[in-house]
Amino acid sequence: MRRAVSAFDWRLLVRRLPVGVAVGTTVFALVWVLFWAPSTNFGPAIHSPANFLITLLNGLTLAALMFIVASGFSLIFGLMRVVNMAHGSFLLLGGYIAYEVQQSMTNGGGLTVFSSQVNAWDWLVPAIVAAAAIGGIGLVTQQVFLRWNMGQDLRQALITIAISVIIADQVVAHFPLESSIEKGSAVNTSWPGAIDRLVNLHIAGVQYSVARLTMLGLGVAVGIALWLWLYRTKTGMVIRAGVDDRQMTSALGVNIQVTFAIAFVVGASLAALGGAVFTSYAGVNPTTDGQWLLNSLVVVIVGGLGSIFGTVAGALLYALVYNFSISYLPTTGGDCCGQYSPVLTFVLLALVLAFRPQGLFGRPA
Amino acid sequence: MSPFAWRPRPMSEKNLVELVIGVTLLLFLAVFPVFGVGYWVSFVLTQTFLIGIAAASLVFLTAYGGMVSLAQTALYGISAFALGNMVTKGAVKGLHLGLDPWLAVVLAIAITTAIGLVFGAVASRSAGIYFLMITLTYAVIAFTFFGQVTQVSGFSGIAGIADRTPALVGDPVTQPNRLYYIALVTALVVYFAIRHVVRTPFGISLQGVRDDPVRMGSLGYNVALHRTLAFTFAAFIASLAGVLYGWWNGVIAPDNVGLGATVDLLIVAVIGGLGRVEGAWLGAFAFVVINNYVRDVSVPVLGGSFNTVIGLIFLAIVIVSPSGLMGLWDRLWDAAGYREGSGPRAAAAAGTAGPQA
Repeated sequence: MRRAVSAFDWRLLVRRLPVGVAVGTTVFALVWVLFWAPSTNFGPAIHSPANFLITLLNGLTLAALMFIVASGFSLIFGLMRVVNMAHGSFLLLGGYIAYEVQQSMTNGGGLTVFSSQVNAWDWLVPAIVAAAAIGGIGLVTQQVFLRWNMGQDLRQALITIAISVIIADQVVAHFPLESSIEKGSAVNTSWPGAIDRLVNLHIAGVQYSVARLTMLGLGVAVGIALWLWLYRTKTGMVIRAGVDDRQMTSALGVNIQVTFAIAFVVGASLAALGGAVFTSYAGVNPTTDGQWLLNSLVVVIVGGLGSIFGTVAGALLYALVYNFSISYLPTTGGDCCGQYSPVLTFVLLALVLAFRPQGLFGRPA
Repeated sequence: MSPFAWRPRPMSEKNLVELVIGVTLLLFLAVFPVFGVGYWVSFVLTQTFLIGIAAASLVFLTAYGGMVSLAQTALYGISAFALGNMVTKGAVKGLHLGLDPWLAVVLAIAITTAIGLVFGAVASRSAGIYFLMITLTYAVIAFTFFGQVTQVSGFSGIAGIADRTPALVGDPVTQPNRLYYIALVTALVVYFAIRHVVRTPFGISLQGVRDDPVRMGSLGYNVALHRTLAFTFAAFIASLAGVLYGWWNGVIAPDNVGLGATVDLLIVAVIGGLGRVEGAWLGAFAFVVINNYVRDVSVPVLGGSFNTVIGLIFLAIVIVSPSGLMGLWDRLWDAAGYREGSGPRAAAAAGTAGPQA
């Protein structure tokens, strides 16, 4: 059959349009940040490399935290097709639990603890307790509310939304536990004194927080641990088999229910670990749950659900766009335009979905 | 039977009962302000009508398009913010353009519908649970946007919308009956518009897209376009609710489109039933009444506020009857030995699992 040759195939152009727009936007953003960036707080990167490096490091460290949280969300979804809308609430409750444990370990009495009074254990034990407690709550949630209705994904999403409403309200009603503080107040924990300091990076004279760099290291460690677990152990093999074909895996004699329970506990614990980190990073307040549900959703939608590499890519893209948009949008006229950063989140989402509806690393469902 | 060979069914016993109930209720509502309590007119019922309109847009998308949208609250908020920015004047927040009230209404609806078109186009290659996630990000982005951007809103929002209503609407505080009837008529128009749209060729093929997007695609239907247009239509409906909300509340603030408000609208639709459009107003009524009279009740042992109560009610409904109160009504008829063919309500009751991307 002879192919119709036309001088200008507009259909092809329309089909390639999303890719073109995505590439064009990326190139424009890079040129803007590196060479142009007029009337911004920081100016182009070639003129002030120090600001650029700080923004980049802020982006990378936030990406590490986003990865920790979103990988739990993605793990639960990838295996069970459960969109855990309570993920943000798990993080919120985890953050408050970490705060309470650190308070009782350091005899804070409801006051902010100075990092000089905090040693490594005063930070690690709260994080572990929070992860364990939320893991337990996650296990109960999964066994009581989600085990018997597998496959009804909308119903499960609605159930987890109901649970998130209840948890969020209960947290506001009861935390912080100290009677001297108003319920629902924002709280924060302190990093251990050993890492709560600046270090000279010897690049462009930048001093950067060791705690933030530790966060980056923690994110990488969680990523490597997850990778080893999923790709080098038997449980991980079963989980990956379950992601590919749930029915076939259970038909081969694997007790898939145990695997589901393990994955849900790990996923919920990762949310709580993220909560413990975030409580030291920025502090938690009753609106933290919605903010982190959004973060998890954007990361997994951009990266692709159920893929560990997709989560890495999504966290990096989203965190970098978020940080660079705050620093590199023009600030002419006082009000404009740094506050328009939410629009850029939408632009990122739109660009990725336009040419990959299943996310960057996701497979078609 | 081909799904396209649709023809009107002869009216069944159940349809007849529903018709009688509906007409009776309507007549009752039409004369209610004459002898009703002012509080019920201005607060409970007007609010029910306008929340019901927003919930109906969500039910329409879920029942007929397989798209569970959490962006409907954001869209009606965008409409109310647009109205507030254009209609107010003087030393208030926002752009205070001071436009003619009717012009502002038309522009608010047009802007919201256009944004709905963009939102819908971006999400149009997804459905079901993916659609829910993408639209939830829209909701949170809209909330953050209005919270941060001081030119159009800022944290405390825009007040004084009720002072600049068209002459037909009057002052919603001193003349609540006018807004009551306007909301009632709008709700009726929306209800019949949805019922009409789902019976047009577009509506029928939209239901085909809901049931089997792959097959519809291979039959030559543009799946993404159907979803985009359905979402745009739903955004238009939500924008009507937004205008009414602006008049009724007088104030629109970022909190009105926050995560809590988003989940509330979902709860309304689920209480009523995601399978039937009528359920939207039933759910809205239940929600407003519970919200009104359970405000000060606290759950024993747990404590907490109204949100714990509504969360527990929501949880119970999703577990016991995922198709909501209308689903209970349908099941009652089933139990009485009445059978009805497949339809959106059957699909919604069966698995609540929409087609996936």
